[in-house]
Amino acid sequence: MVGMTKKKTAFWVAVFLLPNLIGFLTFIVFPLLSSLAISFTNWDLISTMEFVGIDNYKHLIADKEFWAAFTHTITFIIGYLPLVMIFGLACALLLNRKLKLRAFFRAAYFLPVVTSWVAVSLVWKWLFNPSYGLINYFLSFVGIEGLNWLQDESLAMPAIIITSVWKDIGFVMVLFLGGLQNISTSYYEAADIDGANSWKKFWNITLPLLTPTTFFVTIISLINSFQVFDQVMIMTEGGPGGATNVLVQNIYNHAFRYFEMGYASAMSWILFIVIFVITLIQMKMQKRWAD
Amino acid sequence: MEMNTVTKRSTVLQKDYQLTSLRIFKKGLLYIVLILGAIAMLLPFLWMISTSLKNQGATMVFPPQFIPDHATFQNYKDVTGAFPMLHFLGNSLLVAVLTTLGQLLLCSMAAYAFARMQFWGRDKLFLLYLATMMVPAQVTMIPQFILMKNFGWLDTYQALIVPGLFSVFGTFLLRQAFLSIPKELEEAAFMDGANHFSIFWRVIMPLSKPTLATLGIFSFMQSWNNYLWPLIVINDKSFATLPLGLSLLQGRWETNWNMMMAGVVISVLPILAVYLFAQKYFIQGMTMSGMKE
Repeated sequence: MVGMTKKKTAFWVAVFLLPNLIGFLTFIVFPLLSSLAISFTNWDLISTMEFVGIDNYKHLIADKEFWAAFTHTITFIIGYLPLVMIFGLACALLLNRKLKLRAFFRAAYFLPVVTSWVAVSLVWKWLFNPSYGLINYFLSFVGIEGLNWLQDESLAMPAIIITSVWKDIGFVMVLFLGGLQNISTSYYEAADIDGANSWKKFWNITLPLLTPTTFFVTIISLINSFQVFDQVMIMTEGGPGGATNVLVQNIYNHAFRYFEMGYASAMSWILFIVIFVITLIQMKMQKRWAD
Repeated sequence: MEMNTVTKRSTVLQKDYQLTSLRIFKKGLLYIVLILGAIAMLLPFLWMISTSLKNQGATMVFPPQFIPDHATFQNYKDVTGAFPMLHFLGNSLLVAVLTTLGQLLLCSMAAYAFARMQFWGRDKLFLLYLATMMVPAQVTMIPQFILMKNFGWLDTYQALIVPGLFSVFGTFLLRQAFLSIPKELEEAAFMDGANHFSIFWRVIMPLSKPTLATLGIFSFMQSWNNYLWPLIVINDKSFATLPLGLSLLQGRWETNWNMMMAGVVISVLPILAVYLFAQKYFIQGMTMSGMKE
């Protein structure tokens, strides 16, 4: 009887778990392990795979293009992260009160988030058009003329940053709104009795109590921005002159344009290590707040 | 004496008046900031629509025209006639719908096993699932591509759908939802001789509708907007989904911004329509995932 139930349970576990487990092992675990293995080889998909030990990684350390890609990614993050956080938080603070049309504003600010990167990038490429673009038109009112945004080595990255900030403000806003709703109103009531003004309330109540959310949003945005790709691929393909060649664009080029599977895999593992370290920091800090 | 109270009252009134006018001023300022923000967020969309209704000549004038003199749907005819934009739309719908339904089914079944069944190594296996969540897609994409090549799946719908079915995030999210359902409900059903399948389908799933909707909307959007994976596995444009199709459109009509914007509008409208009807689930999905594409 007991044997029967055990067998029965095993049957149901198999039915429910196996379809997912087989896919998980095939499409996630196996690729993860083989990616590490491939990173120790030279392979162009056609000739036989050649084991080269840690040569790819040695090569990477001396590869100027790789370090340039790393630097471009960091440049992107330095421009993007503070802007998207400040604007996202500002929108959340403004929309966290009772307002007419609040639902409309929230929906409007969130609209770019649901739109695909490719669509957004094309629209902004058009907005940044040097001759007929709307941005240069507006700039002409303040006497700035003829900016060559995406064809200019020093302006292409700022253009990509502006586009990315615009697209992600709504995402950051929604995460902050969640955090703001967790702050008990009793703090504000107490501050009102003490006669604190809104600025003081923001600095002494909202911002400190929002710290876990701020930290979480920073980590998420940081991880996402290390993986920046779609907008770069559509708007500049890493150009002009490699000025916007970010890490993932570089990985894509080496894997699917030059077919250097080993070298590209090694690069993807460096990216993984960076993201892994960021995740570890997050876990540690989260534990601290949970205690 | 009487004069005094009157003056007092009038100063109080004046102060009151000053306070309310300050409040109105602040409120007005708030609305101005919000409206400016909304313009900044919506203007690119309006500009996209406006451009899509122009002929090519009208896109090349300075200063730009906000409302086209001669609005025309010609661009829409061209990108759907001379270019297979509608075919891409169909591909996107097929891929996004099948990915979403498949993901919901496969993830909820595994989530049920993790939440409700006892088996050897269950918690360790789930930990392994969780651990893979931090792996960036770029790490697994190269071997996944090689796998597709070896399966003979390059330039097929399978390549666009099958690898996307096994979402660890979805399994995780649904397991959480299932764990929050009290067990008493099923215990009664088990007593009545129900098996795991009927418990899963008749008790657990109906009670998890909000989570299923959230996950469903989220995976639909992810699949609809995905660019990198189709870019890698699709070469034959008859299998292209919309984002890939748009990049092909860019290659074809590099400087015809009116055509490009018509293509973009076609790709954006369906997801915006879904968004307007299911806003709540979009926002929940994004908040819970904490990740984007």
